[in-house]
Amino acid sequence: MSVVLPGDHVPAQHVNLKLGPGLLQVSNVVDNKTESNVMVTRAGIINHSTNRSKWWVESKSRRYVPAPQELVIGVVTQKVGEGYRVDIGSAHPASLDGLAFEGATKRNKPNLKVGSLVYARVSLAHKDMEPELECFDAQSRKSEGFGELKGGFMVRCSLSLCRELLDPKHFLLPLLGRRFPLEVAVGLNGRVWVNAKDIKHTIALVRCIEATDLDGGGLDAEGIQQLLNTLDI
Amino acid sequence: MRPPSPSIPEKEFLFSALKESQRLDGRLPLEMRTPVLTFGPDLGWVECAFGKTRVLAQVEGKMVKPQPERPFEGSITIHSEISPMASSDYEPGRPSDEEVTITRMLDKVLKRSDAVDKESLCILAGQRVWHIRLTLLFLADAGNLLDCACLAGIVALKHFRRPDVEVIGDEVTVHLPTERAPVPLAIHHTPFCFTFAFFPDATTPPVLDPSQLEQRLSAGLVSIALNAQKEICVLQKLGGVPLGTDDILRLVEVSVGKAKEMNILVETKLREDWAGRKVEVR
Repeated sequence: MSVVLPGDHVPAQHVNLKLGPGLLQVSNVVDNKTESNVMVTRAGIINHSTNRSKWWVESKSRRYVPAPQELVIGVVTQKVGEGYRVDIGSAHPASLDGLAFEGATKRNKPNLKVGSLVYARVSLAHKDMEPELECFDAQSRKSEGFGELKGGFMVRCSLSLCRELLDPKHFLLPLLGRRFPLEVAVGLNGRVWVNAKDIKHTIALVRCIEATDLDGGGLDAEGIQQLLNTLDI
Repeated sequence: MRPPSPSIPEKEFLFSALKESQRLDGRLPLEMRTPVLTFGPDLGWVECAFGKTRVLAQVEGKMVKPQPERPFEGSITIHSEISPMASSDYEPGRPSDEEVTITRMLDKVLKRSDAVDKESLCILAGQRVWHIRLTLLFLADAGNLLDCACLAGIVALKHFRRPDVEVIGDEVTVHLPTERAPVPLAIHHTPFCFTFAFFPDATTPPVLDPSQLEQRLSAGLVSIALNAQKEICVLQKLGGVPLGTDDILRLVEVSVGKAKEMNILVETKLREDWAGRKVEVR
């Protein structure tokens, strides 16, 4: 584990190199030969996969920076012509086309209200352009769980916790799932949508997610067990 | 860019939970978050936290010439500006309605309620008085900034000690803390502020110390400032929810109980801090 700061160089070299958040490839031509360096753009802890092909920086950020193919939860803020403007917590609002849903045609499109929650995938994220979202899987053209999220509640947490929750080995969601049936949609933009049959259960979910977050106490499996025992569920 | 208003699922869930008297953070409707007071290295430096809401208060004393119309009175000024550091709801430069409300309420609670005796701030009539400057820094907003700021402000004023001065004839000598122990401000009473949120549905009970989401979805807010001696200083109602006399009286009763608890908490914290602090250097 090593801490990196913006401007640091990273010895990332691989034929099939993939750079995650916080890293940038800079190329400069020296003596007709292209040299490429990987530079850090964000302060945090550098990580790489076991075969050193994937590199990324982990930091305690709460501000989302869109990246292609990431799953996000957004709030519809405006209807614009054929599509919607969606707040995904990034610096700029994202646009969601009215036709970017499963089976949507010119005549038959879903009608989202201002204030609805949508679970979507970032299809375009370019630093000079507005991010774009879509609500279907690119290969199967099926919804694959994307679309409007009805009912439930949205919790805000840190970006690192979202990433951890997506890891099947993380303790929290299996632990809660053993207690009561639940529905969860994890967005990588620091938003988690939760739903359970009972209001009490949804509140328990919200409190457990907030308590697992670092600034909410950073409880571990045992701490969460104890918290759940005090909640009378 | 201001964040959009809460989404439909958030709104609906909060209302249905509140209808069953359940709050998202597990509190009872009339339960407060326990304030956490942290004292800094200097006297009059206090950080107050209500859950994730945090306000920093700092008091400074300066000697100035008094206003000609009030030669025997010192002055107090409150500087509070909500920067985007607290939450992305606030923009720099242009004060929002909420910010204006907080500023005016702070002025009423801390200054116009005569909590600090202004005449005791006089050093030499018409020549020299103390000017007390209270700076409030809003560090994080997770709802109910007003109550947090009021508590931080009053505790900072109680915690602050000004240097002792001696007047012989027309000559004013300021004693350093190394020579004479600094003296506390003369405080008449300790007002605390309590905010209640009301919701559009009349059957939903009011909640004390609203969280950010509760505050944004509320239809009306009632703030009551009072001291532990049951003296109401300010009662403010925002929003158009109709309330009967009984409702208001019930809120006042709740606030009286809370003010007593809060007074004990503040006094204990101040005593604890004072015991662990070495001010007099001999």
